[in-house]
Amino acid sequence: MVETQYRFRDDEPVTDPAVTVDSFGDQTNAASVRIEPGDDARELLPFLDRLRLVEVNFPSFGDGRGYSSARLLREAGYEGELRAVGAVFVDQLSHLRRCGFDSFAPNAPLDPQDAENAFNRWPDVYQATGDGRPAIWSKRHG
Amino acid sequence: MKILTGNDLKTGAVIWWDGQAWSLHIEDAVDATEHADEILAREEAARHVNSSYVVDATQTPEGVRPNHIKERIRALGPTVRPDLTLKPADPSALNWVI
Amino acid sequence: MYKYDSYDQEMVDVRVEEFRDQTRRRLDGTLAEENFRPLRLQNGLYLQLHAYMLRVAVPYGTLSSAQMRMLGDIADKYDRGYGHFTTRQNIQYNWIKLEEAPDILADLATVEMHAIQTSGNCIRNISSDQYAGAAADELIDPRPYAELLRQWSSFHPEFLHLPRKFKIAVIASKTDRAAMRLHDIGIEIVKNDAGEIGCAFYVGGGMGRTPMIAPLINPFVPLDQLITYSEACLRVYNRYGRRDNKYKARIKILVHEMGKDEYTRQVEEEFAHLLTQGIEPPIAELERIIPHFADPAFDAATSDDLDLSDPDFKLWVDNNTVAHKAKGYVIATVSLKPVGGIPGDASADQIRLMADLARDYSFDELRVTHAQNIVFPHVKKADLYTVWQKLDAAGLSTANLDTIGDIIACPGLDYCSLANARSIPVAQKIAERFKAQDRLDTIGELKLKISGCINACGHHHAGHIGILGVDRKGVENYQLSLGGSEGADTSLGTITGPGFSEDGVVDAVEKATNLYLAQRQEGERFLDTYRRIGMAPFKEAIYG
Repeated sequence: MVETQYRFRDDEPVTDPAVTVDSFGDQTNAASVRIEPGDDARELLPFLDRLRLVEVNFPSFGDGRGYSSARLLREAGYEGELRAVGAVFVDQLSHLRRCGFDSFAPNAPLDPQDAENAFNRWPDVYQATGDGRPAIWSKRHG
Repeated sequence: MKILTGNDLKTGAVIWWDGQAWSLHIEDAVDATEHADEILAREEAARHVNSSYVVDATQTPEGVRPNHIKERIRALGPTVRPDLTLKPADPSALNWVI
Repeated sequence: MYKYDSYDQEMVDVRVEEFRDQTRRRLDGTLAEENFRPLRLQNGLYLQLHAYMLRVAVPYGTLSSAQMRMLGDIADKYDRGYGHFTTRQNIQYNWIKLEEAPDILADLATVEMHAIQTSGNCIRNISSDQYAGAAADELIDPRPYAELLRQWSSFHPEFLHLPRKFKIAVIASKTDRAAMRLHDIGIEIVKNDAGEIGCAFYVGGGMGRTPMIAPLINPFVPLDQLITYSEACLRVYNRYGRRDNKYKARIKILVHEMGKDEYTRQVEEEFAHLLTQGIEPPIAELERIIPHFADPAFDAATSDDLDLSDPDFKLWVDNNTVAHKAKGYVIATVSLKPVGGIPGDASADQIRLMADLARDYSFDELRVTHAQNIVFPHVKKADLYTVWQKLDAAGLSTANLDTIGDIIACPGLDYCSLANARSIPVAQKIAERFKAQDRLDTIGELKLKISGCINACGHHHAGHIGILGVDRKGVENYQLSLGGSEGADTSLGTITGPGFSEDGVVDAVEKATNLYLAQRQEGERFLDTYRRIGMAPFKEAIYG
């Protein structure tokens, strides 16, 4: 299992191994699940109250399905840990954060300085994505 | 014969493997059938070249000529702007390209 | 036109620094090409046949004179003294050095320009009607809505790694001048029966190897739900768009395979959900943007007369100007298609001259058209002769708009690493063959479009006459098609039959136009005659 390099949460990390989306519904005691790119995150919506960790796997830099999965879960009220795993690189960090990810387990460790720059790259944002950051239009109109 | 080409990482210029280093001139290209993959892997890793690949070519009395028109255009420049090619003063240069 | 506020400026400035940092990491080896490539593409930087190529965004095709002048200066400072205007209303430079690309972006940022998302699998620069804000036939100016979409789509974190590129066009006129239904999303601003303004959404059009005309999926989305509806369209695509085969990854394939009704159902479901999420800018934001596009201070007292005693000027006026909504003004188009030239190319000096003319005679504004020409949107009739004389002195007075000489052509194998055949020499030979002005005038409107490969950047599917370059065993070969159109009557061309050599296709085009001249009825354009008599007689004329 790859190591979580960044975690923006204060609660205790969940250590249970993540199960697949397919098997999650049947395992009433599971608290962590792993979403693969073809999975439909909406299948998890009935179980949000017992979910504490969702891992979203990025098989490659260019596969952007995980961004939508993350937003769907946050929009439905999921407040547990949302971890991006796999092909996670410096230049995706701020966008992943904006979609609701709050922990990061890249295949290869990221350069700490580059990662810090990336997390802090954008002082303002054009869109409201549910991450709590005000969109530029809302700043314009107070 | 097989020759090697790519673009200079910093400038983007079309370059050809001359046996020791990269040249702007197709005439300097050498047969690299033997160690093509090895050379390209090494040169990409050293960041001398970008998007390199192997090209089929033929040795002619005038010099090495790529077999496909795409690489022949790469070797000279755009056929519609002779002034911007590597041989702006030589209008006959286009003859072997197209 | 739209002026940046401090937020907009900050966004482009930060982007320059981000790209400078990415370039540094590529050059020092921290960032591998595999991961740098999508990042540079999202800044419009390709690696082409001869060098890097930079595509600069011209949002909805509108430019100020200061911006145009900067495009000329960049051509001199960083390139080889010219630029190429593209079929998506942008400009690209062919001889860029990677190490200088961040400096170019910094220069662009000083005039509120950028290269953000001009390539890559993300939402591309929004295109629009080149006559927006000036056309006599428009409902309203579509550009404020395009600007709203520009801001929403810039760095949208969910949609930067879509299955494939995504192109949006916004128009507000029944005369579609932007090939709206050949976009991933085409938005037409409409008025409903109650007199309210809203957006008709057409989704799943495109050219490429599987051309499709976008179906209407929602005839009226209220203005205060435009962003939310767009987001729903994108999210359904991001979720289900194919990623196993890049030739089947565009949204047109999804809409086609899933079916328009099922796609629409999913979008509506997602839309209903997203309406609860507060992602739509308030109407106050639109109201902030709209005044940026207010009419310039037209001179109500200016004369509506035009002295056409100079026959060359009259010819240009007849061919290259159209009616303006304000009395005493015209919309004038500068053709970048001189005989022997390269379609869409302009030298740095020509670009700067057009900037000066826009400053002095067109309220500081220019437009780039998808036909690769430049528009002065607001020229006083009283100034038109002066403008024409200055254009004429710079080789920019070709009077061939929408004729067979006004050819759309992609860069083709002379520049593009994807091309299979050269496009430009074919365009040059056709322009040469048909250069006699009386011949152009006799044939009239004929839109001829050439692509050097199946990606169809030259819009060949939508040409009255379309030409597609293919590679036949290492030799350039050209397929001819007839009957395409990109306007309100959008249709896709049909291939005539076996392909031709470069000279052969020029002959075939001539045979087709000769047949048209012989068969046409009063008032018919080439396209009308083709639609009336069908392919068979053309086939006979071309191959018989």
